[in-house]
Order: sequence, then structure tokens, then C-alpha cells
Amino acid sequence: MSEAVSEARVVRIGAGASSPFRTVREIWNYRDLFGALGVRDLRLRYRQTALGVAWVVLQPLLAAGIFSFVFGLVAKVPTDGQPYLLFSLAALTGWNFFSSVLTRASTSLIQNPQLVTRVYFPRLILPLAVVPAALVDLLVTLAMFLVIALSQGRTPGAAILALPLALGLLGALALGTGFAAAALAVRYRDVQYLLPVAIQLALYASPIAYSSSAVPARWLWAYYANPLAAPIELMRWSLLGTPAPTAGRLLFSVGAALLLCLAGAWIFRRIEQSFADEI
Amino acid sequence: MKSDLIAIRAEDLGKSYRIGRGARASTLAERLVNAVRHPFGTGAGEPFWALRDASFDITRGQAVGIIGRNGAGKSTMLKLLSRITTPTTGWAELHGRVGSLIEVGTGFHPELTGRENVYLNGAILGMRKHEVARRFDEIVEFAGIAPFIDTPVKRYSSGMYMRLAFAVAAHLDAEILVIDEVLAVGDLEFQRKCLGKMGEVAGAGRTVLFVSHSLHAISTLTTRTLVLEQGRIAFDGSTTDGLAFYRQLQSAGADSPHAYRAPAGRSGVHLIDGRVLTSISDGLQRHGDPFALAFNLDVPVPVSQLCFSVHIMDETDRAVNHFWIYGDGPEFRNATGQFRVRIDVPKYRLVLGRYTVTVWVTDRATHTIYEHLTNLCPFEITMDGLSRADYDWSPDMMVYAEDYTWDVSRI
Repeated sequence: MSEAVSEARVVRIGAGASSPFRTVREIWNYRDLFGALGVRDLRLRYRQTALGVAWVVLQPLLAAGIFSFVFGLVAKVPTDGQPYLLFSLAALTGWNFFSSVLTRASTSLIQNPQLVTRVYFPRLILPLAVVPAALVDLLVTLAMFLVIALSQGRTPGAAILALPLALGLLGALALGTGFAAAALAVRYRDVQYLLPVAIQLALYASPIAYSSSAVPARWLWAYYANPLAAPIELMRWSLLGTPAPTAGRLLFSVGAALLLCLAGAWIFRRIEQSFADEI
Repeated sequence: MKSDLIAIRAEDLGKSYRIGRGARASTLAERLVNAVRHPFGTGAGEPFWALRDASFDITRGQAVGIIGRNGAGKSTMLKLLSRITTPTTGWAELHGRVGSLIEVGTGFHPELTGRENVYLNGAILGMRKHEVARRFDEIVEFAGIAPFIDTPVKRYSSGMYMRLAFAVAAHLDAEILVIDEVLAVGDLEFQRKCLGKMGEVAGAGRTVLFVSHSLHAISTLTTRTLVLEQGRIAFDGSTTDGLAFYRQLQSAGADSPHAYRAPAGRSGVHLIDGRVLTSISDGLQRHGDPFALAFNLDVPVPVSQLCFSVHIMDETDRAVNHFWIYGDGPEFRNATGQFRVRIDVPKYRLVLGRYTVTVWVTDRATHTIYEHLTNLCPFEITMDGLSRADYDWSPDMMVYAEDYTWDVSRI
């Protein structure tokens, strides 16, 4: 044991949160735990259920089917000239990524009380570690979308390069909200009942089942206050070539995502110290 | 003392919990109701100090034991030093990488194989992936389960599971090891092996902080001991003196010596209280009379395989009776609420001597130990009124007396 190594590893315990810089470094030191938890979730998902992968594909397909019937056939909402199934599926792929990261991040603490009360590690790892499994699900659904699109003679163009930006935004929005929800759920169990309702509301407040062209022009400013709207339209543009969101609205979403991540992490770290006592 | 020789330094370390009204509100609605009912109160209840004014220095390579009665603050001390919870007052400095083993097998998942769990558990304990990989063969060999390493651990026997879980922990490369009672599980042979391994660790220049109910383990593994009493360090010195101090403390007894009551602020699945129902007077039982043990159990969350068992220990800390409720029967399984558990022995056959009660509340599915309380409800058995001719009763003539008849006839 060398002096230098030990001196570098002095850990100070006291009341009050450690510096954000230190937290980031610690998360980095625990990156293998992030990987191990991600791998665990993936293994469990694709091992335990006979239909494992099939569920991942079926879920958005069923949702798109229902949307096709209700909004495409019955209500005949505008789809910017796209076949309704492709139109809704393109957005649902991104939406499912968002909602699964948010939902799982929000329960990541209360579903692992063992880890929280028995071992130390940077707690932010728990909500972060839901991302790998959600990402794999996303890839599976994207592949399904492409198969359907190609079978209908639709080949995505260069716009598909914008896909990572759209997904990154959706992921960041989900994580920021997820950090706060996870921490608050430890203190207030109401969160787990409120969140699904809020997610359901957000689904209809975003241009998923319909095009934003159906929104009256004088309400568009309020409509785009929802930071999910622009990345979802960006996603559909990159996959199907529907109208792209304006740069201003996109920038607004980028700002909102950054702000939400910072605010979420801040709330998380404020409550973090009492997790083990309250969970 | 030169500062570079210090492994752990604590200064005025303290932890308080809020108890009483308002402390347990866990939904927003409850908080709102509290706020409306008590608009001028803080709604937070009284603070309860689980640990107070703890100051000490531990030098590198020292093996230190922590003992104390139930609720004296041992777990709180460990949780603070392993950074699971943060102190209310004071601070501590840890020089070097800390490995804390509050339990073994944390995060083990029944559906994953032994190999997968080793990597997962290693990561949870703070090991890097390449560290686990480097020591993987050693871990498997230590656990002695090589043929089953690619089998899901749900198919393991309880012993195999514990051996693998401990093996991972034992191979943690930490300069400071904080260990809680992990030896309380597993079979006797494996316990010896673990004690040996920990002795090795303590001998290898690593700093070890060890909490245990087992005075034997404390005396073999440590040279210095902290005795905690009601949240304060009541003794800090050599292990020999510490154990003597602790024994004296125990015999001084609590306010109600023949009953147990959970310390204030205890939450989670726990024993609310327990007592022995003795036949002659409080704490005094006549051999051969009916005997009973009564407990109240709080189960706030459903636990699928909750087990409750009780040991009666003799003066040498040997288990002489085991009463258990395992299997599918008990109502407290998969349910929430408070439960009364009573054990009735129609004719108690233990003989002359002093005994204590040990209580275990565990979850067989996740191998969680909710309670392991020792030295509860001390009671004494007498042979008063049971006279026999020629020889008097003496404590070491037998462990229990069986009913029997003589048949003597001339042949």
C-alpha cells in the first residue's frame, strides 16, 4: 500500500452533500457497477419471459394498432400525408424509449432497498443504469420499424443521422425527470401513482397520435412549451421526412433537457443523504 | 500520532433520527394532514440519538471490535463509516479504500448464475470488472462450488449460496474493511474458514472494523474494542478489558431484565417485544413446568419467505433448544401488519442453570437477516420442589431431563 495512493483516497464523511465535481468522479469510478446493473436488467428481461424480445416489439405495435384505429380510421387526424401506421409508429418508438427510461428510473431506488441500505455507491448510478436495457429495447423496435418501412418501399434518407440527437434529447428529458422522481418516490410513495398518469397525459400532449399541424396556430407557443414535442417531430422527420421542427423550438428543448437534468440531479442529491433512513 | 498512520479518524460523530408524530408520514397526503392538524409544530417528532459524540482514531493495520447490546448504536456506527447514511453531527475521515460488508450477497439475483452474480456482487462492493476477473478462480475455489458456477443461484442450497456470497466479499481488495456480523451465517465448518480468512486479512496489514455478537470472534480477531452503550462509546481499549467491561455491563442488566423491547426508532421488519413466561416468578422457571415465549412482530412490508426462530442458549453460549416457524404455515408470510407469536412448551425439560434467548427474523428468499438479537430475556431454571434422595441437583450433570421409568427385578 503506497502512501501516495492512500493519501489520494481520503474520504471525508460529514453532514452536507459532497461537491458535484466529486460526485461525477465517483460515478466514473463506479462505471463498472453501471455496466453490471445494465447487463443484469438485460439478462433478466430476455431470459425470464418466453416472449422476451417479442414483447418489446409487440408493445409499440399494439399501441400503434390502437392509434391507427382510433385516430387514423375513426377520427381521421392529419398525418402530414403519411400512412397512419408508420406515422404513429415512428413517434411511438421514441416515446417508448422516453417513458421506459422515466418509469424505470423513477422506481430504481424504491425497488432496490437492499442496495440502498446495505452498500455504499453513488446513488445516481441506479437511475442511470436503466438506460442500457431501454436502449436495447429501442434498437429492437427501431429495427422493426425499419423492416415495416422498407416493406412499404420507404427508405430513410440522410436525415436519419439526426436520430441520435432526437433520442439523446428524449433520454435526457427522461433522466432529468427520472432523477427527481426517483428521489421523491423514496419520501413520498404517491409519486409511483402520479407518474403513470402524468406520462399518459404527456403522450396526448405530444405530437404522437396526431400531427402538430392540427394544433391551432395561436396555441402553438403553448404546445411547444412541452419540451417533448420538438424531439419527437425531429425523430419523425429523420425517419419519414415529415416537416422538421424549427431550430428555435429544438433549441428550447435542448435547454429544457439540460435544465431538467441539472435540476433533477440537484433534487436527487439533496434528498440522497436520507435515502437509507427513509426507504 | 503521525497523521499518515491513521486509517480512520472520527470526531464527534453523531446520528439522530426523528421519532414520534409525523416522523413516519410516507405519502404527500399524510404530510398535508399532519401540517393541517399541527400547524405550529414542526411535525417532525422528537430526535432520537442512535449515536452520539463518537470520537476515535484507528491506526493502520489495527483490528478493532465493536460490541454493545441491541440498540446500542453498533449498526449506526457501521452505516456511517460505510457511508450508507450521513452523520447528523461531526465528521470522519477514512484513509484508503473502504470495503464494507454489512451483509454478504447484497444484490444477488436468484435467476442469475453463480458466475453472473459474482461479477454483479463484486461491482456492487466497488470492485472493478478486471479485479473480479483476476480473482474469479480464487473466489470459486474458496466457495467450493466450481461445478455449479454456471447454474442459477436459485437452485443452490442455502449453504452454497452463503459460501459464494462470502467468497466474493472475502476477496475484496480494501485497505479498510468494515464488517458486520457476516459470520453469523453458514455452517460451522465454513464459519471457521471465514474466521481464518478474516484473521489473514487482519494480519496482512489491513485495517479491520468488526461488529459482532460473538465474543469469541471478537476476542480471536481483534486487539482493540469499542463498547457502545446507549449510543455512546462507553469503553475504548484493549479487547481483553473491553470484553470484561461488556460482561459487567450485561450483568448489570436493563430496566426490565426478563423482557425485550425494541429500541425507539426501530423500523422495518422487526421484533417489537419479547418475553419469557416462566412458571414460578418473573425470570424463574421450575423444571418440568409449562413454559412459554411470547413475541410481537412488526412486518411493514410483505416478505415472501419470512422465517422466525428462537434459540435458547446456555451459559456457554451453546444453543440447547431451537423453536422455529418455517415452511408455508405462518400468517406473517407475504402479509403486512403486527403479529403475535407464542411458543408453548407443555413440559420444559431443561435443567438447573441460567439461559438466554436468541431471536432470528430472516427472509429465506433473499437471505436477509432482519433481526438477530442475542442475550434476550435471561431466565433461570430451578429444580426447587423436585427433590431426590442421596444426591443433590448440580448444574453440569445433564442438559435436560427425560421422563422415564425404571424396571428393576431380580433375575
